[in-house]
Amino acid sequence: MAMMEFVTTRKDELIGWVRKFSIFPYPFVTACCGMEFMSVASTLYDTDRFGAALPRFTPRQSDLLMVVGTITHKEAPVIKKVYDQMAEPKWVMAFGACATSGGFYRNYSVVQGIDKVIPVDIYIPGCPPRPEMVIDAIMKLQDKIAGERHPILPFEEQNPAKT
Amino acid sequence: MDYKSPVSSPLEHTADPNHVVVNVGPSHPATHGTIQVIAELDGETVIKADVHCGYLHRGFEKEAEHHTYHKVIPYTDRLNYCSALNNNFAYAETVEKLLGVELTPRCIWLRTLLSEYNRLADHVCCLAATVMELGAMTAFLYMMTIRDYIFEHLNHLTGARLTYSYVRIGGLANDLPEGWLERLEEILKFYEDYIERIHGLLDRNRIFIDRTRGVGAMTPEHALNWGYTGPILRSTGLDIDLRKDSPYLAYDQLEFDVPVGIQGDNYDRYYVRMREMDESVSMIRQCMKQLPGGPVSVANPGVTLPAKDKVYTQIHSLIHHFKLVSDGVKVPSGEVYTAHEAPNGELGFYLVSDGGSRPYKLHVRSPSFAHMGGMHTLLEGYQLADIIATFGSMNMIGGECDR
Amino acid sequence: MVYEKLKSELTGQYQRAWDSFGMLVLDVSLEQLLPLVNRLKDDFSFDLLLDITAVDYPERELRFDLVYHLFSSESRKRIRLKLCIAEDESQVPTVTRLYGSANYLEREVHEMYGVRFADNDDLRPILLYEGFEGHPLRKDYPMDLEQPLVDYRK
Repeated sequence: MAMMEFVTTRKDELIGWVRKFSIFPYPFVTACCGMEFMSVASTLYDTDRFGAALPRFTPRQSDLLMVVGTITHKEAPVIKKVYDQMAEPKWVMAFGACATSGGFYRNYSVVQGIDKVIPVDIYIPGCPPRPEMVIDAIMKLQDKIAGERHPILPFEEQNPAKT
Repeated sequence: MDYKSPVSSPLEHTADPNHVVVNVGPSHPATHGTIQVIAELDGETVIKADVHCGYLHRGFEKEAEHHTYHKVIPYTDRLNYCSALNNNFAYAETVEKLLGVELTPRCIWLRTLLSEYNRLADHVCCLAATVMELGAMTAFLYMMTIRDYIFEHLNHLTGARLTYSYVRIGGLANDLPEGWLERLEEILKFYEDYIERIHGLLDRNRIFIDRTRGVGAMTPEHALNWGYTGPILRSTGLDIDLRKDSPYLAYDQLEFDVPVGIQGDNYDRYYVRMREMDESVSMIRQCMKQLPGGPVSVANPGVTLPAKDKVYTQIHSLIHHFKLVSDGVKVPSGEVYTAHEAPNGELGFYLVSDGGSRPYKLHVRSPSFAHMGGMHTLLEGYQLADIIATFGSMNMIGGECDR
Repeated sequence: MVYEKLKSELTGQYQRAWDSFGMLVLDVSLEQLLPLVNRLKDDFSFDLLLDITAVDYPERELRFDLVYHLFSSESRKRIRLKLCIAEDESQVPTVTRLYGSANYLEREVHEMYGVRFADNDDLRPILLYEGFEGHPLRKDYPMDLEQPLVDYRK
């Protein structure tokens, strides 16, 4: 039995290791944070070293939805549709103050945080956040992905994984 | 799951049944933001196009009516976020005109220098995004490196990389730190070196010319009718430039040319922007030579915050600081329209004041909004892939278009 | 000199002319608007329509102040036209036949303030979405009244 647990934890670690170093982001760029996203993806602060470089501009082929910039009520059905079109496993990163909580816009047209519409895994504060913060967030997300459990055998169901 | 569509287009009903109606949606990789183009296609050719903007409407005008004049400054930053200082200075000049405040010479020259510096950053960003969509990844990465150095440099001055909020009514937030001008000279040399390489990569490139020559062309009358200003209008052949026609800040004491194009197509817009960047560099060098000394903010206590050491030691400075921060600057009633030459075109602020410390009405005449109004005329008749090239050369900044 | 020429040649077609920080402002009435704009475009080459906007004075009887900004490519000068209209005025003339840029500008004024332009049948919302009720930039619309399109989670 202990041997089985050893095998299954190693299996979880392997799956986590493989997933965390090959993230395909879908940058849903709307506003000023998009400029910082372009900086992060370029040569001075590189996301390629984390395996998260190639943006897949289609939700069907991507796993990380990076919501970069302000989401307004007009844009909310679009983001819900894009999120629903993504296949499991998927993670969401709220990039910037406007995506996290509406930023300093408190009026009739801004959604006060995208977690009112879709579930979010990691939040990055800042207006716009420095590229180093984005890289820190990607590393924290990688830790989160590596720590997930993937139960497939019957005895693993006792502690179901929260993906 | 039922998704309510936020827009409705007449094309769904009026399109020919043999044609395909395609939605180039609000989230697309042309990283300039959220625009939806609903296009009716016959094969690859666009027959009719319907442009929908407004996906980034953040209520700037409503927010401005509820905040004091200084608190509006961060909101103006986020209008054209690629060149935030230009918006800041245009807004500050509008309020200063109503107040009747005269700026110090050092402030005027510094504002001119920083306006041109930000114009450089904006044109670099626009060209980088445009050529990336056409496939030129090397030019994109070169230009992003230049832009990053400019951001770090401005971070040293203002404290932020992208949205500076550096201006104050009646002056600037702080003076230049040590060694800033030397680093500026280094960045300009670095810029010239890299721009030479980009000229070599793109100017006579067969593929680039084929993709951009003749695409999205317009005549000067067409451009004026549809409200185009700025580099797009200049690429059609008219040399209308606010810096020459009605000079503001220190532009009447600088020597520069206004580049104009020939046909008004995508290649002309690319080349006009490249030439304008070179003119900006020469203007920055002239400003650096002629920068006068002196204080950077006007000494009017009703407008400028007093120095911090006085605030902590003298009681009347403390009271001034308190009144200015909590109540705000009181602007006499009246109305004014000021326009600046932003990198995109004519950026105008129309301010109506009722004598209090909040604007009664602050309206932004944004160039990108007017450009989007006429864009469907530039897409019809061309192919689907040309939508991306034309759209990139328009430099539509979402924050400015939708405010 | 351009402004002097304008004021002298167009007397009778506007109600009042005054100067606002170096820019000529003409107050007009509703009937004088379209002929004046036609005259400015044809004779004085004011061929770029910069902006159309409105200001809300809720305690006045003529609630809105419509403001037009025009630019002349020949003399490089700007001019502002202002007129006062009531809240439910339905005969505001449209300038979309003269300037293409008026399309988007009139749509924005319509959805933000509720000003109807006669002869302009394409007054769809442009910055707001289908299904938004009310006109947000009026003074009596509360700032945080949100009208979400997607149901919130939890």
